[in-house]
Amino acid sequence: MLGFLLRRLALTIPTFIALMFVTFVAIRMVPGDPVEVRVGERGISAERLEMFRHELGLDQPVWKQFADYAWQLAHGDFGSSIATNQKVLTEFSALFPATIELSVAGMLFAVLLGIPAGTIAAARRGSIYDQTLMGLSVTGYSMPIFWWGLLLIMFVAERWGLTPVSGRIDLIKYYFEPVTGFMVIDAWLSGQAGAVKDALHHLVLPAIVLGTIPLAVIARMTRSAMLEVLGEDYVRTARAKGLPVWRVISVHALRNALIPVVTIIGLQVGALMAGAVLTETIFSWPGVGKWLIESIARRDYPALQGGVMLISSVVIGVNLLVDLTYGFINPRIRHG
Amino acid sequence: MADVVVQDMPPTVIQDVSPLRAFWDAFKENRGAVAGLFVVLLIVLIAILADVIAPYGPNEQFRDAVRVAPMWTDGGSGRFILGTDGLGRDMLSRLIHGARISLFIGAAVMGVSFIIGVLLGLACVSLGNTVDVVVTRLMDLIMAVPSLVLAILVVAVLGPSLTNTIVAVTIVYLPRYVRLVRASALTELGKDYVTAARVAGVGPWRLMFTTVLPNCLSPLIVQAALGVSDAILEAAALGFLGLGAQPPTAEWGTMLADAREFIRSNPWLVTLPGVAILITVVSINLAGDGLRDALDPKMRRS
Repeated sequence: MLGFLLRRLALTIPTFIALMFVTFVAIRMVPGDPVEVRVGERGISAERLEMFRHELGLDQPVWKQFADYAWQLAHGDFGSSIATNQKVLTEFSALFPATIELSVAGMLFAVLLGIPAGTIAAARRGSIYDQTLMGLSVTGYSMPIFWWGLLLIMFVAERWGLTPVSGRIDLIKYYFEPVTGFMVIDAWLSGQAGAVKDALHHLVLPAIVLGTIPLAVIARMTRSAMLEVLGEDYVRTARAKGLPVWRVISVHALRNALIPVVTIIGLQVGALMAGAVLTETIFSWPGVGKWLIESIARRDYPALQGGVMLISSVVIGVNLLVDLTYGFINPRIRHG
Repeated sequence: MADVVVQDMPPTVIQDVSPLRAFWDAFKENRGAVAGLFVVLLIVLIAILADVIAPYGPNEQFRDAVRVAPMWTDGGSGRFILGTDGLGRDMLSRLIHGARISLFIGAAVMGVSFIIGVLLGLACVSLGNTVDVVVTRLMDLIMAVPSLVLAILVVAVLGPSLTNTIVAVTIVYLPRYVRLVRASALTELGKDYVTAARVAGVGPWRLMFTTVLPNCLSPLIVQAALGVSDAILEAAALGFLGLGAQPPTAEWGTMLADAREFIRSNPWLVTLPGVAILITVVSINLAGDGLRDALDPKMRRS
């Protein structure tokens, strides 16, 4: 097991180095001078300009800049945002809980609906339920989620007034210092009446939007995994024993069908991060996705560089975790 | 003696079913796939004939008719069937021309990543370990960065435009093709017919492209079909973020971004481009699923 763990860990190292190199090169190629962006349109004296360049390390040769960058990264320093002068890691850590909260809520929505939907479709294969659910699944899978979000805002929030349009909580009614960064938990900790409910209200629409594609993927995956398992001998045995159908499906079959489904859920993390960029932009959700888009608009390339590095690291880390968990559950993979 | 045996055997009728025919027989059983294919062909036709069937030019402005409602609502007229946008441009014409742009992006991304994917994938299995490791690592890297984040990075570097959208989306989806070609080529290389070809003296190029490649095509074709829809979605997302095709290009995602400010006053401006994207992507996916079922012998007749 230890060998497997070390081998998997070692495999991520070249990926990290390459990632570092690619983000570094990419960001150098971005058009637009970051110093000019910082000093604004009016311009400043040549000496001040030189000073800025020196401060940002832009007067060094490129290889030296890369070496410095690698050295900083090795020490957990992802650079400073040009726009706000704050450490990228500090900004990222402040915003990341919002993205995690949204992703967890979206994934919960996807899993809680997707697994039952896939199970029903498989159990009633070929029926009208199966056809409807799979039709919905293709639609969900094909959904341009930025449009889906706007549509939900238009109807659910604007026309029917069921949920707020954007943000994480009503800032006029509720104010409390962030403790964990997770709005729902912070609201609960603050003890203010109605705060948790308000936070959840804000969370519903973004979570649905972010969860739509994973929901479709999970429903499909559950259906095909269930179909495979339902043909197995032990399912027939369980049925022949006289167990009720629902018990055979929900206990004997589903438990075995879930193994590939769990893997798929883990591998959705990358897709969730991509979806978060769009979802956060539409709902003004103050997470890392929205921050990334704003960094581009501000030509804040250290922030963009650090942000891409950090988001990718999270995805690599989670995928590694999924792999290890899977290797732990299923010994056949460990020695592969 | 031998003649007698042959005569004793019942005459066997060998039905000569061409592969294309067999494929179509399997494909047409899936009604959703046939419907999807039909709609895809219709959209392709619309895209090709855009100049002929669109009532107006995509960027033609009517200053007297800004944000006119679609014809079936109050205030709509037959002059602009789907109404006009914030600059008085005919929505129907823009949507029709948008089909051309979206399909072009989808086809371009698919074509380029298909070709590069096949070349890199075959290079992995035939040019030795170093090439294999480098290419595989590079593809792992691309897969580690979330698709849209990578596309955003590429566009941030190259600058937002239609061409760069294609470049960005191609880079994002390239690993799928490379991995698929590499995996199926590796499987095929271990088979007897490849060894036989080798023994017969087939050269390395011919071995790869004529002997091995055709046997790797089925999963690749399915991937290519489904890849078109992914590319269209990704490009529209970039357009929506302002990082794709730039205004006044009639691209569906860009149109949605333009319409955002009218979400309260003119909801159809937001609704229509999204419907166009959804219909296109759903029908390509339906047809692609049918393609997979028809090409995968395990799924056939099950």
